[in-house]
Amino acid sequence: MSTKTEVSLIVEKNWCKGCGICVAFCPKNVLEIKNGKVNIRDLEACIQCGQCELRCPDFAIYLGGK
Amino acid sequence: MPSQLVKEYFRTENLPHIWCPGCGNGIVTRAIVKAIDNLGLNKDEVCVVSGIGCSSRASGYLDFNTIHTTHGRALAFATGIKLAKPNLKVIVITGDGDASAIGGNHLIHAARRNIDITTIVFNNNTYGMTGGQYSPTTPTGDKGTTAPFGNIDMNFDLCELAKAAGATYVSRSTIFTANMLIKQVENGIKNNGFSFIEALTICPTYYGRKNRKGEAVDMMVYLKENAINIAAYDKLPKEQREGKFVIGEIYKSKRPEYTEEYQKIIDSFSEGV
Repeated sequence: MSTKTEVSLIVEKNWCKGCGICVAFCPKNVLEIKNGKVNIRDLEACIQCGQCELRCPDFAIYLGGK
Repeated sequence: MPSQLVKEYFRTENLPHIWCPGCGNGIVTRAIVKAIDNLGLNKDEVCVVSGIGCSSRASGYLDFNTIHTTHGRALAFATGIKLAKPNLKVIVITGDGDASAIGGNHLIHAARRNIDITTIVFNNNTYGMTGGQYSPTTPTGDKGTTAPFGNIDMNFDLCELAKAAGATYVSRSTIFTANMLIKQVENGIKNNGFSFIEALTICPTYYGRKNRKGEAVDMMVYLKENAINIAAYDKLPKEQREGKFVIGEIYKSKRPEYTEEYQKIIDSFSEGV
């Protein structure tokens, strides 16, 4: 089984404006823009660094439990 | 559902905010809130004062004591609040135009008095709310609605201005280096005196489009590639400084704080009674 089951990355789609900042600065290429909103493409690759949450201008993506 | 941080410190019923896609103001606002959270301040002890402009809309989204004031006058209101309630942590949120054009006079005198207020300037190099007119921080040669052939004014270095006027904590960061910005806001709040923090942010809608700077991500990359930490900048030969800008803690000093000096005057009279 995956060891990444505890990884929790949460997207508030209603708040996302699709600027792509989180996608561009994710070091593990976890994210993509799909239909104008952020989409978690590969959660397995997420290292929970929080770079997306740090730079999301719309508070629309964050690590779980924080 | 929003994050714990957002739930705790934002008026979530007002979100999503009005800022454009890719606007950096949300990154600066979150950094301020994160700094307050890191310091463990009680929400009721914090007062956020803003002026007019895109950045100044931030106060409406924040769940502290907040006041959205008139153009350029955030520091004047903040000075009154701090004198009436010296125990409050007063934080001013302002933009480059609000702080250095309309409110330029308030800025230099608040700095000169060394009143314990932390001012965070969201510098996006333009007047975004009114359609992209050039501001005192629009770089020379760059375009704005009011400078279609390029701005002929020299732009202010806001940190040098604040330092010269007497601020006792002066720093600059960018929305790319947001962790540095969080630390600077913490240190600015901790400083017992006037703290001035310039947050370099982006306006992809007006400044970016008018100056062909690309999308939000391109503008973030520009900040990443051209910001140089102060220690490295000092060692850089002059010719390599072209187009670069300093980030980091630029100036720190100690001077008597205004409300404490004011209290001493009051105390001197009560002693005589």
